[in-house]
Amino acid sequence: MYRASGLMRNILPVAVICLAIVAVWYVAAVGLNARWERDQAARAGVEIGWADIVPATMSQKRPVLPAPHQVAVEIWETTANKRITSRRSLVYHGWITLSATLLGFVMGVALGILLAVGIVHNRAMDLSVMPWIISSQTVPILAVAPMIIVVLYNVGISGLVAKASISAYLSFFPVAVGMVKGLRAPDGMQLDLMRTYSASAWQVFWKLRWPSSLPYLFASLKVAVAIALVGAIIGELPTGSQGGFGARMLNGSYYGQVLIIWSALFGAAICAALMVGAIGVAQRAVLRRTGQAR
Amino acid sequence: MTGAGAVVASSLDLVFQTRDGPVHALSDVDLEVAPGEFVSFIGPSGCGKTTLLRVIADLEQPTGGTITVNGMTPGQARLNRAYGYVFQAAGLYPWRTIEKNVRLPLEVMGYPAQERIERVRRALDLVDLGDFGRMFPWQLSGGMQQRASIARALAFDADLLLMDEPFGALDEIVRDHLNEQLLALHARTGKTVCFVTHSIPEAVYLSTRIVVMSPRPGRIIDVIESPLPAERPLGIRESATFLELATRVREGLRSGHAGRDE
Repeated sequence: MYRASGLMRNILPVAVICLAIVAVWYVAAVGLNARWERDQAARAGVEIGWADIVPATMSQKRPVLPAPHQVAVEIWETTANKRITSRRSLVYHGWITLSATLLGFVMGVALGILLAVGIVHNRAMDLSVMPWIISSQTVPILAVAPMIIVVLYNVGISGLVAKASISAYLSFFPVAVGMVKGLRAPDGMQLDLMRTYSASAWQVFWKLRWPSSLPYLFASLKVAVAIALVGAIIGELPTGSQGGFGARMLNGSYYGQVLIIWSALFGAAICAALMVGAIGVAQRAVLRRTGQAR
Repeated sequence: MTGAGAVVASSLDLVFQTRDGPVHALSDVDLEVAPGEFVSFIGPSGCGKTTLLRVIADLEQPTGGTITVNGMTPGQARLNRAYGYVFQAAGLYPWRTIEKNVRLPLEVMGYPAQERIERVRRALDLVDLGDFGRMFPWQLSGGMQQRASIARALAFDADLLLMDEPFGALDEIVRDHLNEQLLALHARTGKTVCFVTHSIPEAVYLSTRIVVMSPRPGRIIDVIESPLPAERPLGIRESATFLELATRVREGLRSGHAGRDE
């Protein structure tokens, strides 16, 4: 009884908010798409009222804003009803983007952790590298991405690795910043304790700094994986890439196929949610093992 | 080993250079602690008692004078793992169980696995935490956490125990209890203890010798041999000898202040 009501307490508000969003979306779709219906009717010399307009706005071929069910149908059509090797399959494009995302994420995380370790252990790096790390992120990535792709192409790197490098460029940042803070989390007393044991720098790192930094690492990883996905999509835009969510969105906008753009957007959002969720699961597992999940 | 004291300091000086000018944390400190003694350092904040302990532990470097620990320099003594240090806060690693916290120094010092298990068990038994090894620090009370941190300092064989106000943050009842346990522990292990405190009853109750210190500059103003017997039930704190001793410490502290405050 109590558990059931507890579940309801969680599900009910979430469901209400989701329904509210969908409702607002429908209203917006009617509002934004109505103009085209009116123009069509005026051209044909027909008088139409809201009773005609509302259902018509739900099923336009090229709506300004597609209705939720149209997007849902499009996603269903391009995932469940297409072979995943088909170029019309969203799963096919999703995997192309996801593989670049994951590779870039791993590269970015490794780079971020290495930089953080260097910054924490080396004063010269602390003073010299951090400003560059910060300024690297103040440059608009949309402007930098094509240059990176071109430069990499000229040294013989293209395709997956080139896209992944854009992901890495974005995702190393939160990891580096978070890990610098995390590796510095141990207080003077904890460091003194290690000193009284005459612990080596290596031991201080593995037994104190690294475990102290894990909560910071997981928080950074969640941000990093989400922007790694953004990076992969951006990496697909300038190359006229043959596949991926980015290529899909670009195609959609070339041919005025709003539904394709929206389904690619949702595909990307779902991928991001799944990856962030997976990191959350890993985080809980680690925290439980180390007694920090209460 | 060499017949020398566990800690021998002579004309020890330490000046911190701060932004507001030099701070004389220790001035002309002479001290000899014999093996097996329980020496308390008492004084108001800023008197250098913690600094002195940190110099013994090689966590601070003196700017003048000499000091030896077990006949070695503090640095050599630290590398030889000559002492266990107990800080003001328990400072247990929250991601390790109590057992694994006590095992930490053994891991760092490279004890073999089988020996670690035995030593952890023995150290936890010494502080009556034998049944709590698999718990995480947050599951224990503050007093139990501090006991675990004492076990951590006892896990390896250092004959010298340096304790920096280990019970300062605990309430009176827990503190009394831990004081009793610490005395028993001292009797059982025969370790040398240097104990920093700002509580007069605690210093008098525990110590074989009390070092009274005074601030600005941090220095020793009185060293009192305790006439109390080794066997000390809590009730001894109402005895005449105990009260006399406490008065002498209090007067020492006051005289240290009087000369400076005008």
